[in-house]
Amino acid sequence: MYMNDEFRLKVGLAEMLKGGVIMDVTNAEQARIAEDAGAVAVMALERVPSDIRKEGGVARMANIRVMREIIKTVSIPVMAKARIGHFIEARVLEALEVDYIDESEVLTPADEEHHIDKRQFKVPFVCGARNLGEALRRIAEGAAMIRTKGEAGSGNIVEAVRHMRTIQKEMKQLTVLGKEELVHESKNLQAPLELVEWVAEHGKLPVPNFSAGGIATPADASLVMHLGAEAVFVGSGIFKSSDPEARARAIVKAATYYRDPAKLLEASEELGDAMPGLDIRQMDEKELFQTRGW
Amino acid sequence: MAKPTIGVLALQGDFEAHEKALARAGACAVQVRTREDLEAVDGLIIPGGESTTMLKLLRREDLFEPLRSFGETKPIFGTCAGAILLAKEVTNPAQESLGLMNIGVERNGYGRQLDSRIVRLRDGYEAVFIRAPIIRSVGEGVTVLARYGADPVLVEQGRHLVATFHPELTEDARVHKLFVEKVAAQ
Repeated sequence: MYMNDEFRLKVGLAEMLKGGVIMDVTNAEQARIAEDAGAVAVMALERVPSDIRKEGGVARMANIRVMREIIKTVSIPVMAKARIGHFIEARVLEALEVDYIDESEVLTPADEEHHIDKRQFKVPFVCGARNLGEALRRIAEGAAMIRTKGEAGSGNIVEAVRHMRTIQKEMKQLTVLGKEELVHESKNLQAPLELVEWVAEHGKLPVPNFSAGGIATPADASLVMHLGAEAVFVGSGIFKSSDPEARARAIVKAATYYRDPAKLLEASEELGDAMPGLDIRQMDEKELFQTRGW
Repeated sequence: MAKPTIGVLALQGDFEAHEKALARAGACAVQVRTREDLEAVDGLIIPGGESTTMLKLLRREDLFEPLRSFGETKPIFGTCAGAILLAKEVTNPAQESLGLMNIGVERNGYGRQLDSRIVRLRDGYEAVFIRAPIIRSVGEGVTVLARYGADPVLVEQGRHLVATFHPELTEDARVHKLFVEKVAAQ
């Protein structure tokens, strides 16, 4: 692993976010609500995923003026999304001094073959993954944090569960393989041997692994953390619910006390309505965000 | 004597890194999330993370006052966010704190993540600063153990210890050993 000082700092900030909730926000007012609720960071984007899904069109990096207001409003880290492969959006976000960039499948991809070469940046990146091969390819490109993709804007936890279980199972399988088998697995996973060997030895990813895409309730947050997520991203789940303040606080509490059923019960009470959900099985393959990324 | 049991406040942050560092320093580490957990430990580490998040959870879960009383008789070691929570005065922006250490701290003193850095201090500590606070004032009873430039970065006051950097993110167990000794001495 290329753990030079720059990469250690990138991973270091991800370490500080563990056990916390990163909330999608589209303006400074939402960012303030998120910080007051106890978010460890906010993610700036132009529209939450469920609106992107509904309205269609091209989803891009958020408005600079709005992001500046968000940065001015909160003292917690501010992340922002760039389109897959759009290294210039990423350069602009770096110049704006955001604290993390999410090269995100939720936005419309700018490049259908190449991801951003994240090693060329001083600002850290997080990327989505559905399986171990995808996660290791992103880490090889320089991502300092992985989040399982789930299905953003669906309000349905099933894909987040599928992706977290898949990655955990694939990692466990590597730990029992011999050296020559790992060489073969590296080809199957389409990921560098060095990273495959690292995972085989340690049984986990070399960077923190968070969960995203479909978390709508405190119980959802606890569920993915039980499956191995070290923190959670909540997108549409908060600001598309009937009482964003209460729900944001409840999900923060659930991330901390994810192993404590009595606290989870407290967190789940008096919440109002969750965001409306979508049945992934009824959706057309073309409508899915998770299949973006290569 | 028996190994002291040291708690790591596990509301949020890099508490697992602290648990590993405590193991390297020869102590038993346990996670602390409730008042009952707190009552069972001889000393406590408040880890790195987001001080605003920890503060809100401390208030909502009725842990703030118990933690302050704990600190009146038992040792606490705070790193980064932990330093902010232990300080007497917090700026940028002003924020409530436990006030157990006679220091004034400015949050995000070096700036944003792009200003995070790893440096070697004069006495050989590798100091990892991540969106770190700066100790702007040091009052009576506080001893400065290490500086980065002119800024105090490792300070003690009686049984308490504060680092604005993250010794838990390095292999060097000296700072954690110092805290384990403080707990053992109680």
